[in-house]
Amino acid sequence: MKHLLRNNRDLTLVLAALLALLTASAATALFPLAAWKTPFSLGIAAVKAALVAALFMRLREHGGLTRVFAAAGLCWLAILAVLSAADYLTR
Amino acid sequence: MSPALAERAAAEAEERAATNRLGMWTFLATEVMFFGGMFLAYGIYRSAYPAAFAAGGRVMELGWGTANTAVLLVSSFFMALGDRAARAGDRKALRLCLILVALLGVAFLAIKGHEYAAKIGEGLIPGRAFRHPGPPQLPLFMTLYFAMTGLHALHMIFGVGAVGWLLWRNSPRRGQAVPVEPVAIVGLYWHFVDCIWIFLYPLFYLVGR
Repeated sequence: MKHLLRNNRDLTLVLAALLALLTASAATALFPLAAWKTPFSLGIAAVKAALVAALFMRLREHGGLTRVFAAAGLCWLAILAVLSAADYLTR
Repeated sequence: MSPALAERAAAEAEERAATNRLGMWTFLATEVMFFGGMFLAYGIYRSAYPAAFAAGGRVMELGWGTANTAVLLVSSFFMALGDRAARAGDRKALRLCLILVALLGVAFLAIKGHEYAAKIGEGLIPGRAFRHPGPPQLPLFMTLYFAMTGLHALHMIFGVGAVGWLLWRNSPRRGQAVPVEPVAIVGLYWHFVDCIWIFLYPLFYLVGR
């Protein structure tokens, strides 16, 4: 196991980055309520998810087709969100 | 095996791996839509009742939510490490990684169960038993909380089961090769479920703080 950890420092670095981002996100609760908080914490969540997808789920090393499949779900979700928002936000 | 045959076998193995991967990513795209509908409902109701959602965020235990996020991030790390161990043919390290992943998954579910029990005890369960002061739409927030984290917890239960299956597949007594492909595929699922929680955390625990 020690050997495995030593040979895979890149994964340890990703974990350290993820935990640092989580700390930054949780720390926003210490500041008074402000409008920037939600976009900030959702932005951190997006960066965390991107790190997990690119490095733990190996999207970075896999070819274009895998990435297209991975992006497909987000594309449908974007269509769902944009069309729904177009309705709710213009009532 | 002749070099040409070995090359063909390697190419076929890579093709099988790519097909498995695309199959799993297709399933994950349907999962994005499954959860996506609920995230959308959350967004619509939060924009309609911002005060109720802020009050809802404040009844959540930030400490437990943050701890659970850390638990899942560390579990994903060990899953990725297990994937490397499997590809290196290191059965023992894979076993240890999978045991840690399963234990962290169970720890997450235990914390979640403790939180559910506390919320139900505080009268924050939507329906006739709801007895908690706050804005009239607070039960709506709690419904979304139980539905979204509950669906996520259900995925975690399946995930822990799948990791248990990997441990069985990896058992040296079965006399089979290290399950490289199954680890990669279950790993994708595990990381995806982690990603869902990464978004649930700010939406339920940081709103209103």
